[in-house]
Amino acid sequence: MGRARSGFRHVYDGETHVFDDLKTLLACATPRRSGDELAGIAASSAARRVAARMALADLPLKAVLDEPVIPYEIDEVTRLICDGHDAAAFAPVAAMTVGDLREHLLDWSTDAAALGRLAPGLTPEMAAAVSKLMTNGDLVAVAAKTRVVTGFRSTIGLPGRLAARLQPNHPTDDPAAIAAATLDGLLFGMGDAVIGVNPASDNLGAAIRLLEMLDEMRQRFDIPTQSCVLAHVTTSIAAIEKGAPVDLVFQSIAGTQGANSGFGVDLGILAEARAAALSLNRGTVGSNVMYFETGQGSALSADAHHGVDQQTLEARAQGVARAFSPLLVNSVVGFIGPEYLYDSKEIIRAGLEDHFTGKLLGLPMGIDVCYTNHAEADQDDMDTLALLLAAAGVNFLIAVPGADDIMLNYQSLSHHDLLRLRHLHGLRPAPEFEAWLVRMGLGDAAGRVPPLGAGASAVQRLIATGEAA
Amino acid sequence: MTVPVDDGFAALRRMTRARIGLGRAGDALPNAPLLAFQMAHAKARDAVHGAVDLDRLTADLAPHPVIRVESAALDRATYLRRPDLGRRLAAGAAERLPAGPFDVAVVIGDGLSAAAVDAHGATTALALIARLGDLTIAPIVVASGARVALGDPIGAALGAEVVVMLIGERPGLSAADSLGAYLTFQPVPGRRDSERNCVSNIHGHGLSPAAAADKLAWLVREARRLGLSGVELKEDSPSEALTAPSATALPGGA
Repeated sequence: MGRARSGFRHVYDGETHVFDDLKTLLACATPRRSGDELAGIAASSAARRVAARMALADLPLKAVLDEPVIPYEIDEVTRLICDGHDAAAFAPVAAMTVGDLREHLLDWSTDAAALGRLAPGLTPEMAAAVSKLMTNGDLVAVAAKTRVVTGFRSTIGLPGRLAARLQPNHPTDDPAAIAAATLDGLLFGMGDAVIGVNPASDNLGAAIRLLEMLDEMRQRFDIPTQSCVLAHVTTSIAAIEKGAPVDLVFQSIAGTQGANSGFGVDLGILAEARAAALSLNRGTVGSNVMYFETGQGSALSADAHHGVDQQTLEARAQGVARAFSPLLVNSVVGFIGPEYLYDSKEIIRAGLEDHFTGKLLGLPMGIDVCYTNHAEADQDDMDTLALLLAAAGVNFLIAVPGADDIMLNYQSLSHHDLLRLRHLHGLRPAPEFEAWLVRMGLGDAAGRVPPLGAGASAVQRLIATGEAA
Repeated sequence: MTVPVDDGFAALRRMTRARIGLGRAGDALPNAPLLAFQMAHAKARDAVHGAVDLDRLTADLAPHPVIRVESAALDRATYLRRPDLGRRLAAGAAERLPAGPFDVAVVIGDGLSAAAVDAHGATTALALIARLGDLTIAPIVVASGARVALGDPIGAALGAEVVVMLIGERPGLSAADSLGAYLTFQPVPGRRDSERNCVSNIHGHGLSPAAAADKLAWLVREARRLGLSGVELKEDSPSEALTAPSATALPGGA
């Protein structure tokens, strides 16, 4: 590898590969995926892709720090990344190349504590760069060593735990239907990460009705969890101003200022929303009040990608998230569509990347293990990705009744799938929620949720509530 | 374990089409809900990868003249990977379109569900045209490999003041044959989605073709009266501007 007059070059077997700048090098080094091909920035051959990885492996991390992929002057996400970089945390790896960093992360001596100290010293671009040198197994192994713990009414991310977002969506936001799906999930021990509804419309009144219904149900059974209506951040701020019971503020975010603008947000409004949620002081075991979703392809979809590959931009979106101390962050990996992630191979790889880079940057990562019906994927592929993520120590996964989201028209994991992962890997729900399951007669002493007949008192009590809703 | 006859969920099931109260076989789904899910997904996959029965569609639309065109996405794999090509006409296709002018053009595109076009395409198109008897209507264009915005170059080539694209929507598990309708005033390549109006969910459990045609006919007349379409064309007749609900503004949509 050498720094050419402009850009980078790598010679292999007498063939010279030239990469004009860092973003080109990153785009060429990334595993093949449809979104980068749609953007016209993917490597033109398989050999060029590996040559880019060879060049990237020799690139000093300092060079990644010194060359923002999107100029500082035109993008507030770049400014956030550069201005927020922790040079002291970076110092132990400052002399390393990207390749050195890969081996350092995999080394036995790099443990959870070391990774935690390193996180503020790594930029999203460094996390993305090193991930491009890693195999799927590498991504699982390093992520499994990281530990990011957050809390609100439940504690998420402790060792040996796997939390679930219960996602009881309904096409018309019918409160009775949402209550029915919520009860179904609670009977499976879902909901310790959050009971989170995607509203069909972004209407303030409807959002407040849902918030009140979810909060009433939580209080009636004294459930140690948090609820969230995943409306636009400005809707949540307005709901807080009207006195609605807002636990978490949600927002979809992306890795460029332009793409965030397409979502109708900037860093200022996110800070305002966090302050508003903190002012309610509703958490009991912690004060992480933000919930973010990201997804590879969102910047390209908003025509605001600046020629940067979608995985690097995804890591930058995670860089935005970490500025706001979130309780939960997840990638909606297979949701964006086959023009960004074409098939199960690309979805599985991206899910592992997003989890890895997020954890490396210090985020409480979950994944929406999911696909749409025009992607080349099915439920077997989701089983595969979910099993890999459980091995990688994912903080939480999303669960939908029967894996079928009848509002967003895509498939995620089912309540059954989450139960299987917990029982197969000996993973328990969040500790506060686990104790609640036992109190309700739903969980056993081993932290499992055994099948219950309709006559079980816990089932009868919860179902009676749903019928009254 | 299979789902008991009286499992206590009967009342809750009546409240929602969500797959609740499925029972458990260990931690997994019992056979019946497992296979029901697979069948729903199979129908959705068949709808995405199916081909519209063009001869039957043409016959159903008679005596209205029909012109067939293709987008620049010439096969299904390319179509799914390259939405940009699905928004452009294949070389030579524009020359097959008469240069108008017309008040209204109706395009039927396969989109992401051939099943939707087979089931509701002709019925919806004929119902709409019947409600616009006083206007000049272009020959019906049947487009394959179509994204919503393919209506722009087609409408522009036809010199149409308004184009209505009827197109197969991305199938969900609950409806694999849902048709969507997108109306654009003064179609020209480069129109933004916020400049269109949408009437969605035309299928057996959703909006009927006749009800959809009522809404569309109202929108056509309002668009021509106001000289615009999209977010500024508000819904006296209930319809949706494309930018309204964030949850449905999927980047991966048709």
